[in-house]
Amino acid sequence: MLNKILVIILLLTSSLAFSQVMDLLDDGIPEPNTEYTSATFKTNRVVNGHSIETVAKKEFDFKISHRFGFLSTGVYELFGLDGATMRIGGDYGITDNLNVGLGRSTVDKTYDGFVKYKFLKQSKGVKNMPVTAAWISHIGITSLKWPQPQRENFSSSRLHYTHQLLVARKFTEGLSIQISPTVTHLNLVDSTKYKNDIISIGVGVRQKLTHRTSVNLEYYYVLPDQMDADKTNVLSIGFEVETGGHVFQLFFTNSRGPFEKSFITDTRAKWLDGDVRFGFNIARVFNF
Amino acid sequence: MKKITILIIALLAVGLVAFTNHSGGIYKTNTGNINFYSHTSLEDITADNHKVKTAFDASSGKLQFSVLIKDFEFPKALMQEHFNENYMNSTKYPKSTFSGTIENMEAINLAQNGTYTSPVRGNLTMKDVTKEVTTIATFTVINGVINAKASFNVNPEDYNINIPKVVSKKISREIKVFIDADYKHTH
Repeated sequence: MLNKILVIILLLTSSLAFSQVMDLLDDGIPEPNTEYTSATFKTNRVVNGHSIETVAKKEFDFKISHRFGFLSTGVYELFGLDGATMRIGGDYGITDNLNVGLGRSTVDKTYDGFVKYKFLKQSKGVKNMPVTAAWISHIGITSLKWPQPQRENFSSSRLHYTHQLLVARKFTEGLSIQISPTVTHLNLVDSTKYKNDIISIGVGVRQKLTHRTSVNLEYYYVLPDQMDADKTNVLSIGFEVETGGHVFQLFFTNSRGPFEKSFITDTRAKWLDGDVRFGFNIARVFNF
Repeated sequence: MKKITILIIALLAVGLVAFTNHSGGIYKTNTGNINFYSHTSLEDITADNHKVKTAFDASSGKLQFSVLIKDFEFPKALMQEHFNENYMNSTKYPKSTFSGTIENMEAINLAQNGTYTSPVRGNLTMKDVTKEVTTIATFTVINGVINAKASFNVNPEDYNINIPKVVSKKISREIKVFIDADYKHTH
């Protein structure tokens, strides 16, 4: 009996001793790692709207956005290139997850600002999280001269707000999808028939083509019976290319405005009528 | 009875051989450091990994490294993203490994404080490409802790790392890799 036990012990120890020679690093204990997903989107915009991406701490992402006139204007306007709207602005990282931004658009001479906070990060491992999520609140101020200066005008009428919950998942290396429930509050609307709070849902899709290029699709669905029936939803298709510190986004969209209130609640042009614009965003990241 | 005795002796012998084979034991760390440095006239790029797993067998001189690519930290977040996404495909190839030997192991007295050098030769695997790497490593023994330092050059193009023309002049073809690890006895 004793012998048998001895044999077993010896067998065990010798096999142990051998297994160490096989692989020095494998101690049989699974690594307590959490792997966070990175680069769900290439930059912090899908096309018009924000993506869940934030700029890192102390980095400034300088952005210039152009939207040209309708392609349907033909050769006389060089397919819209003669008339452009633009926004100049930037996003700054207070922390890796907290960003602020400012911009000025030619559309309605609008100044806009936002605060964005990423509060969930997609991860697997010890900490499992299926999605990345961020909250963003925008404020916009229209600085156009009053169209009817003779009547009583309130400066609060110039203000509008947009709040968004951005939820995204990188499904594969190439495919990311984002859903963005959105509410836009307009202090002033054209008629009492229309709502001041406009609810919409944004969908953004990114499909990588190569390491440095991807195709982006973005659609905002505005829930019915909230606005003027002439208005329509914004649909954008873009192509992204990244070259070191720059990201170029080239796209077609039916919206004129590069800020949320404008492209969600002021879009009237319809793709089916050929009223599509060419546009581009240029982003350049600076480190401080 | 006789059979069992023989068996025991045989097993004892095997066990003994196995143990004496690495009487020196295994020396290990999970917090080794790897730094790499790419120098060009346009840009210097550097990154650190402080979670390197490495071990060596003091009797055979067998040496191993295992490195998670995502654990490399860059001073600029964007560089780190490009490193993982564009150059290393770290989701597809999460690990880089090295397996080799400390060729002059017997000259290193792990019981005696001091500094020793030895050639190290082995295979470095990155992005499923394996190439032989040789270098001279310095081992410093201080009260049972063995610090090892080594450096060698890596050409990214050897490991299937494509560098596009636009950034071609910003990335060196001779990236210097520095190793610095403190090993402790485990068995």
